[in-house]
Amino acid sequence: MDLSYSAEQLAFHETVRTFLRDKLPERLSLKVASGKRLTKQDFEEWHAILNQQGWLGVNWPTEHGGTGWDAVQRHIFEEETTRANAPRIVPFGVAMLGPVLMKFGSDAQKAHYLPRILNGDDWWCQGYSEPGAGSDLANVQTSAVRDGDHYVVNGQKTWTTLGQHANMIFCLVRTSREGKRQEGISFLLIDMNTPGIEVRPIVLIDGEPEVNEVWFKDVRVPAENLVGTENMGWTYAKYLLTHERTNIAGVGFARAGLAALKRIAGEQTHHGKPLIENPFFAAKLAEVEIDLMAMATTNLRTIAAAASGQAPGAESSMLKVKGTVIRQQINALTKQAVGPYAAPFVSEQLDEGSNLDPIGPDYALPATQAYLNNRKLSIYGGSNEVQRAIISKAILEL
Amino acid sequence: MDFKLTEERQMLQDSLRRILSDTTDHESIAKATDSITGLDPELWEQLVEMGLPGAMFTEDEGGFGGAGFDIMVVAEELGRAGLPSPLIDSALLSGTVLASTRPALVEEIIAGRIIAFAHAEPDSRYELSQVSTTAQQSGDGWVLKGSKAVVHNAAAAETCIVSARLAGATDAAEGIGLFLVPTDAMQMRDYPLHGGGRAAELVLDVTLDADARLTEDGFALIQTAQARASAAQCAEALGLMETIKALTVDYLRQRRQFGQPIGKFQALQHRMADVLIEIEQVRSAVINLCGHLDAPERELHVSAAKNLVGRTARLVVEESIQMHGGIGMTMEYALGHFAKRLSMVDHRFGDADYHLERFIALAQSAA
Ligand SMILES: Cc1cc2nc3c(=O)[nH]c(=O)nc-3n(C[C@H](O)[C@H](O)[C@H](O)COP(=O)(O)OP(=O)(O)OC[C@H]3O[C@@H](n4cnc5c(N)ncnc54)[C@H](O)[C@@H]3O)c2cc1C
Repeated sequence: MDLSYSAEQLAFHETVRTFLRDKLPERLSLKVASGKRLTKQDFEEWHAILNQQGWLGVNWPTEHGGTGWDAVQRHIFEEETTRANAPRIVPFGVAMLGPVLMKFGSDAQKAHYLPRILNGDDWWCQGYSEPGAGSDLANVQTSAVRDGDHYVVNGQKTWTTLGQHANMIFCLVRTSREGKRQEGISFLLIDMNTPGIEVRPIVLIDGEPEVNEVWFKDVRVPAENLVGTENMGWTYAKYLLTHERTNIAGVGFARAGLAALKRIAGEQTHHGKPLIENPFFAAKLAEVEIDLMAMATTNLRTIAAAASGQAPGAESSMLKVKGTVIRQQINALTKQAVGPYAAPFVSEQLDEGSNLDPIGPDYALPATQAYLNNRKLSIYGGSNEVQRAIISKAILEL
Repeated sequence: MDFKLTEERQMLQDSLRRILSDTTDHESIAKATDSITGLDPELWEQLVEMGLPGAMFTEDEGGFGGAGFDIMVVAEELGRAGLPSPLIDSALLSGTVLASTRPALVEEIIAGRIIAFAHAEPDSRYELSQVSTTAQQSGDGWVLKGSKAVVHNAAAAETCIVSARLAGATDAAEGIGLFLVPTDAMQMRDYPLHGGGRAAELVLDVTLDADARLTEDGFALIQTAQARASAAQCAEALGLMETIKALTVDYLRQRRQFGQPIGKFQALQHRMADVLIEIEQVRSAVINLCGHLDAPERELHVSAAKNLVGRTARLVVEESIQMHGGIGMTMEYALGHFAKRLSMVDHRFGDADYHLERFIALAQSAA
């Protein structure tokens, strides 16, 4: 049992820190730290900086231009970038589609799409969910019918995160209605500029149009955009989800959130003293900190197992449930700490360059928004109920 | 022992429910929130005609109610509809103060005039005795200087009641005066609120006539006003919870995944059952508070209800969103508004922890 990093890992740690100190633009880290709205250009700018360094393909092997890092290195990178308030890497191209193409894509697809992901030529979005296919993803109904060397796609996707920025979408489509539902699904790459596609933003409870509905009406997609084999999409979709669930614990985000919470609770006063000294508040703060300390080690335990070659299985479900509950508790305590100023809702204040003074302290509005927005953490990526079901089946064998 | 409503209250409840279900939904509320005053003036007029503010005052005061259960009936219905209204601020906060200091104005409140209540300050958090705004005598009149925070309905009110310190340390209960101040004499920054409706930051540097002062020692009155307002807020939260429960149960029945209604999954059934149990607890806590608004142990019940409502509000908000899945995250579906409004009850008149601590202190000093 040894809880410390090796000498090489420590050296790597230092390299990451130095890079962030030198290359992460202050404009961006200030925006992230203060909860300001990030634009498409902000994400693209950060991607480009990482790509320049060869660090955008965090989970990619070197042969495709990735870092080739192991699980511990990826963890260190994730922890340091969140600590430094770097924008997150938009996951859809890099973390999700990339690995699927590497494993199941044709040579032509790899040669065309992988460099475009790193270079920022394409912004991908994820077309899995539909109105009738949420937790029960195998129920996808959007159909793709072969017509010569095209597929004709009809149907609707929903909850498509940042689809308004995307020029490409990877979709689960139904290519067969025979046999088991899972066996009639295919994985298709679709250019969002194809005629017949319509995108409509959906405003979430924090006021932000983060997700979209995407409609397909007789959309003609070249057959070469099929990934792998027709009707094998479910296998690829599940492979992608195991990648979606890496870094699922969100320890870095939780640490950053906890640090911000402590700052806020130190500034707010209660009965003439800092709120952080109030035993009732301090007790809750301590509990979540204790949870997080243990969680960080649970996370490292799975990372160490992964680094030594064990495939993450149902453990990632455990990390998802506990990790999201901890982050949501930090969000709830932060909203509580803010007090009466949690109520005002002046969303223009989040625009970069807005010269509106905040109502109350500047951390108030982002605190409420983060609380509301992060309710999503236990819903998407496989809801926490679905994760518990996986744990009871796969680990407990109930 | 009788937990039934009187006939008059039952009638008021029925007609209020009818009018609100005809006029109000989350879209009309969003529209009103975006308007200058933050409320729909026609609807407010209708509610005034029905006697809404009047039900908050006793016959002696010129109303036709004024008891805790009158507050409960009305506020619960407003909550059920998710409607932000000036009732708490004008009729309960300002109205309670005016009933014993300037009774003539109560008549105007009953007739629909909105008088906002500007007591909390940027640094006072939930501390009722924390008043840094100062009032100084100047000739025959008064000069008030300071700032007031998150004043609900300020933009809809021509007049505000403003607390200002005449004497004592900034956190002393003694020496807090209450004044009538024309809203346009103050600097106002007005904004929408997460749960609907509007509030404002006010900056004062005003000179007032001698008769602007309502009282020179207002703390006890402020506390009574806030107890009545808290009762209304808790009852409103109860109404919000009832609607959220109904929406969620409906959704559990309708939404199908894996070939069956999600309400068939025991994991969700048990949690929904817990939600129901906790909402019934809230109903009882609200009854306890409304039944003790004139009793010596009033403040104990204020803190008990506020603590229980605060805790349960969080549970109901989070569970209802979770059990809805993605649809619970959008503003396009009614739940979004109701859940957000409910998530704000803990940010006014003290949060669950504030009242837990206060309950302990009150219970120990009573023992
Ligand atoms: C902010 C946000 C962003 C998203 N981004 C994307 C995206 O980019 N691309 C994409 O494809 N999708 C995206 N999603 C969709 C997300 O994956 C789905 O919301 C999720 O799969 C849940 O599906 P649902 O919303 O239809 O809820 P439902 O599946 O209808 O679930 C409703 C409730 O029932 C519970 N439930 C369902 N089945 C069971 C069961 N068997 N046992 C017990 N409980 C059950 C759920 O846990 C939940 O509490 C996003 C969602 C959100 C909220």
